[in-house]
Amino acid sequence: MRKILVTLLFLLFGTSAYADCNIKSGSINILANDFPALRTFVETSKQCKGSADFKVTHSSEHNKIAVPALTANPSEFSARIAANSSIVPLMNQDLIRPLDDLVKKYGKGIQDSQLITIDGKVMAVAFMANTQHLYYREDVLKDMGIAVPKTYEEVVAASEKIRASGKMKYPYAAAYKAGWNLAEEFVNMFIGHGGEFFKAGSAQPNINNAKGVATLNMLKKLSELSNPDYLTHDSEAIKVEWESGNVALMTLWASRSGTLLDDEGDAKITAATKLTGPATVGGGNIPAATLWWDGFTLAKNRSDADAEATFRALAHAASNKKMVADAADQAVWLVEGFVPGPKSIGVIEAVKMGAKPYPMLPQMGLMHGALGSEIVEFLQGKESAEQALKDVEAAYISKAKEQGFL
Amino acid sequence: MPNKTFFWFFLPTGLAMILFIGLPIISTGIQSFYAQHDQVVKEVKKCDPFGCTVSIVVDNEETTKIRDAKPLGKFNGFGTYTDRNHLAVDEIKKFWNETESFGAFVDQVTNLPFYKALIFTLTYCLFVTPNVLLLGFIIALSLNAVARKIRGPLIFGTILPMIVTPLVGSLVLFWMIDSQGIIGANIQNLMNDPYLSLKSSKTLTWITIIIYGIWHHSPFAFVVFYAALQTVPQEPIEAAIIDGASRFQRIKHIVLPHIYPVVTFVALISLMDNFRVFEPIIGFSAEGSAQSLSWLIYDNLVNEEVILFGSAAATSMMTIIGIAILLAPVLIRTWKEFKTAR
Repeated sequence: MRKILVTLLFLLFGTSAYADCNIKSGSINILANDFPALRTFVETSKQCKGSADFKVTHSSEHNKIAVPALTANPSEFSARIAANSSIVPLMNQDLIRPLDDLVKKYGKGIQDSQLITIDGKVMAVAFMANTQHLYYREDVLKDMGIAVPKTYEEVVAASEKIRASGKMKYPYAAAYKAGWNLAEEFVNMFIGHGGEFFKAGSAQPNINNAKGVATLNMLKKLSELSNPDYLTHDSEAIKVEWESGNVALMTLWASRSGTLLDDEGDAKITAATKLTGPATVGGGNIPAATLWWDGFTLAKNRSDADAEATFRALAHAASNKKMVADAADQAVWLVEGFVPGPKSIGVIEAVKMGAKPYPMLPQMGLMHGALGSEIVEFLQGKESAEQALKDVEAAYISKAKEQGFL
Repeated sequence: MPNKTFFWFFLPTGLAMILFIGLPIISTGIQSFYAQHDQVVKEVKKCDPFGCTVSIVVDNEETTKIRDAKPLGKFNGFGTYTDRNHLAVDEIKKFWNETESFGAFVDQVTNLPFYKALIFTLTYCLFVTPNVLLLGFIIALSLNAVARKIRGPLIFGTILPMIVTPLVGSLVLFWMIDSQGIIGANIQNLMNDPYLSLKSSKTLTWITIIIYGIWHHSPFAFVVFYAALQTVPQEPIEAAIIDGASRFQRIKHIVLPHIYPVVTFVALISLMDNFRVFEPIIGFSAEGSAQSLSWLIYDNLVNEEVILFGSAAATSMMTIIGIAILLAPVLIRTWKEFKTAR
């Protein structure tokens, strides 16, 4: 825990030189998720493209495209901006290349702590950290005399109080859209309860237990305090809810704080929007949240020349002090020279509280997928928590068998 | 047409059909009998900005060796078809033995993903198809009766739902039924229940999707019926008017029998289309409450990060079989009529 904090601080304040940029040939094509920090990152790397061909696809559907696009030979994209979860399918299918040589040759400004190494080989270079944490409306909490919640139990109590006062009908919001988002909320809450998704040393599921039930019950309580359409709300939708002033407490990605706190929208709401660390749950001492890194990986099925050009352009951004100074609001950059501002509180607090990283296991995607569809009926009140968890395990087992994990 | 002429006439189409429809179906069929090889995993040290852990990864060298030897995967026979995420044979046997009442048994079965999807798909077909036929016919009749001058713009307006891209159409309705949208908010006011949501209730979501389906598909039925109505001979109708037949009697005894083959055609096409319902589920973000067979295929292919080709292929094959079963009565009937006509 302490080591993580030291590493993070080291990341933030270390020093070294810029990556050099003199790309003469090759073609660069990047696949990335779509949020402001990633756009900034890709734009920065574009500055150094030289005479190389440069293309980028920003899409929130990036997970659906990645594996098929990188399987093709030559692959459609030369680089994929991935995270702890999305690097796993690429690793499973052997679609990304080790970066050791390129890091040695062109990665001068990249710090060691930015390197994602698996079995001793550098497979990705991280440039930002992310997590989901609490946002609150200072004015509303003050008016009602509510302290800033530290646990989800307090979030529930505060939301109930706000609702009872008639001030807001749906005081809480989180991205509960059935599918990936909802499963992510389960993952956070389950980890907050101290749960382990798989039995030690195997791919056997381990969620149908008291911790799983407690997780589901907490999700249900929170969903009842949310807009009734919560099963269709993703991060973007709850951001809109927040900006319309309908919500007083929200769990949202740190990387979205920039758009919440920008000049657009109601100035009163923006001024009252405050960030705090992720909440704990069920008396646990680690937060009900997962730590994420975003980093770049290079496609295996692409020529060495393209890989080199792509690496040099992206390394330029991943070690760019000017970028992290100019865009300090957009993310918690892992790049040296970054000075954490007020919008980084969520991630820094999460690290301090000892939050766990999202599990980077080959079979985790299957579990995530099973969670996203099988717990919906519990939230709708159509089945018991035990039945829902049984369904998740059964759905996971069938898929894991087909996929050869069991 | 002599058989030889017909053969040469049909050859290009036939070849294209084999190439683009036949072969892919065969390939999908073969795929559905295979599963992935057993994963070879190894323990390695993983380091990221948050620290190092020892955990497992897929051993790519070993996996590549196995994959190169047998690229299709591990032969699984009907294993994928019968597993819990498809026909769930073992689970159903277990439920049959364990549950006490038939109701409880049905509850358990409809909780399985394949049957859940099948029930929604069938419900959608059963409600949308007849309503599309009925509505399309009524619109065609009414438009056929209005003055020729305004018919053009009216026809254009009527086929608008078909022109609008399905996803856009469903998104428009999706926003209207949002709890803060024009329909959603008004229903809340009307029912005096601030927690009522068209999107969170399963029944209401189903109804919304079905209504959307009818709205979207009716113009197709209308266009075909309207064209058919133009071919109805005037003499028998005039004779019927002189004989004193009412409007309803004229439609029942003259118009309907005349356009009957067209009705069969529209019914067939609608059934096939509706059985593959997919876009509205995505458009309405209704994955939580309504899953169709097509959606299951999509989910297996994109939602997991890990692509389940075997599962997707098995569901595809069962969808094809499902459509065949659904169309069988209509097809048999058409075949019989064709024989008697000869």
